[in-house]
Amino acid sequence: MDLITNLSIGFGVAFTAQNLVYAFVGCLLGTLIGVLPGIGPVATIAMLLPATYALPPVAALIMLAGIYYGAQYGGSTTAILVNLPGESSSVVTVIDGYQMARKGRAGPALAAAGLGSFFAGCVGTLILAAFAPPLTELAFKFGPAEYFSLMILGLIGAVVLASGSLLKAITMILFGLALGLVGTDVNSGVARYSFDIPELTDGIGFIAIAMGVFGYGEIIANLAVPEHEREVFTAKVKGLWPTKQDFKDMTPAVLRGTALGSALGILPGGGALLSAFAAYTIEKKMKLKAGEVPFGKGNIRGVAGPESANNAGAQTSFIPLLTLGIPPNAVMALMVGAMTIHNIQPGPQVMTSNPELFWGLIASMWIGNLMLIVLNLPMIGIWIKLLTIPYKWLFPAIVLFCAVGVYSENNNTFDVWMVAIFGIVGYAFLKLKCEPAPLLLGFILGPMMEENLRRALLLSRGDWSVFVMRPISAGLLAAALLLLVIVLLPAVKAKREEAFVED
Amino acid sequence: MKIKSQRDFYSGVLFSAFGVAFAWGATTYNVGSGARMGPGYFPLIVGILMAIMGSLIALKALIIETEDGEPIGSIAWRPLGFVIGANLIFGVLLGGLPSIGLPPMGLIVAIYALTFIASLAGDQFSFKGVAVLATILALGSYLAFVVALKLQFPVWPTFIG
Repeated sequence: MDLITNLSIGFGVAFTAQNLVYAFVGCLLGTLIGVLPGIGPVATIAMLLPATYALPPVAALIMLAGIYYGAQYGGSTTAILVNLPGESSSVVTVIDGYQMARKGRAGPALAAAGLGSFFAGCVGTLILAAFAPPLTELAFKFGPAEYFSLMILGLIGAVVLASGSLLKAITMILFGLALGLVGTDVNSGVARYSFDIPELTDGIGFIAIAMGVFGYGEIIANLAVPEHEREVFTAKVKGLWPTKQDFKDMTPAVLRGTALGSALGILPGGGALLSAFAAYTIEKKMKLKAGEVPFGKGNIRGVAGPESANNAGAQTSFIPLLTLGIPPNAVMALMVGAMTIHNIQPGPQVMTSNPELFWGLIASMWIGNLMLIVLNLPMIGIWIKLLTIPYKWLFPAIVLFCAVGVYSENNNTFDVWMVAIFGIVGYAFLKLKCEPAPLLLGFILGPMMEENLRRALLLSRGDWSVFVMRPISAGLLAAALLLLVIVLLPAVKAKREEAFVED
Repeated sequence: MKIKSQRDFYSGVLFSAFGVAFAWGATTYNVGSGARMGPGYFPLIVGILMAIMGSLIALKALIIETEDGEPIGSIAWRPLGFVIGANLIFGVLLGGLPSIGLPPMGLIVAIYALTFIASLAGDQFSFKGVAVLATILALGSYLAFVVALKLQFPVWPTFIG
């Protein structure tokens, strides 16, 4: 079977000493930033991107991927023990996880999150391995018109599924597209919007944007509210192993969470956060069995379901990136950057031109999940200690890593000035309640969209109807339109707004 | 006319202004036609769309009632100033500023400066604690970035090294 030969290539790559080390480093860092509230995978991956220059591409991608799914594990620890989401995707885990900890059942809650994540991670990886080849086949049939429409669908999907105000999110995409166009136009050689600054002719560094908006912007916002006294349930983590009844309760929740997360991860705008939300909603809708603890009071299903879902979603969100070259969320947008740094053009050709990279990355995810379960359950004590570090020691370090990271991208202080500007912009976004993730997606897709639009219109001699005359392209646009219409239906609109406000 | 949502109104106005400026900038390049897109074609579309969306947001903020007027709230000048300031000083010290004749002071000096300035952004500040933190960060960064990852940094001030 193809799948087995492919996976054996992958494991051959992933099991080399170097790649094992980088997978471990990625998982370790991921857990670390997952546990620490106030710093997420987007900022971390942006900080570490320049540091991966020196690494071989496979090792670099393995490590960066590890940070993303590792953060899903670490986030649950903080959610359960401190009543704070360590990671945005564990927001819903807080509700029941913390209640379990208060009742002295922190151990089983952590175990449910860990075991559920592990199961979901394994399934997600398998789905990625199984679905990538056929999707890649399909992607090879795509012309510029199809790609353009696919990007429209991707961007619309991203904001429909994952943001608060629709109008503002779409405008943020446009803002991102605009920023992405700064720099030398590849076709005419004209330096656009560079204001005669030589550094700007290469375009705005996306690391500067990501770090300014996600790193500095958030630090400033975090510091604006006084530090809360954290109540950490450190002494109460005894007896990790869940009871027989716990297993009985959590198994179906893990299965449902995994299925839901795997499906939602593939969708544009999907990924860990959306999957966790959806899974919690489903668990809450299921009828309570006799004698079961109600939701919000420490139900183990409320931990197992969302935690499985966010890990499955984190895994399958690699599918659109690896097969179509289109990032479905902000973390994947950074992965596009990472691949470009290493001269790999993301898209369907990656699988054929770099099979070791493609399958090695997938295989490493399975190994990474195995490492994570070991890191997170038996070694939970270390992470609990970390939680007692106050923010006042952490944030100067984060500021430093951002500054060092952005400088080392080009060994140029110009990027340091840029990150300062985007730090201010990022804080303004927070104050104005504009979600920054769509901006990053637009920024990454901007040049690609322009190029595909140019090619499509060149082939059709300037006839815009090409986008609706070609069946696949028309289908993709119709899907985008349908998504918009559904969201704007009054009934769905009310529900959607409720979902983003809730909790 | 009363503003019903401050946050939305000002974001809409800012987006519109940016869109107009961006579209105006696009017209200074060759726009071309669909079949032969010039460098200004796509930016012009993006700029116009942004201007339209921005005005829609601002308009909505004038019409649709909200519960609390969605105020922007106070701006955290202290963290904003110190975090961004720390970052700028770091850049200046690390790379030097030829325009005022400041030579590069190198990574170590820059890290100490950044840690002290950034720490002022928080509400608790203890000189001793921050000095320890800065030393740990300087040593750690030197080992991680310069020794292990071999990134190219000026480590010491140019007049010493």
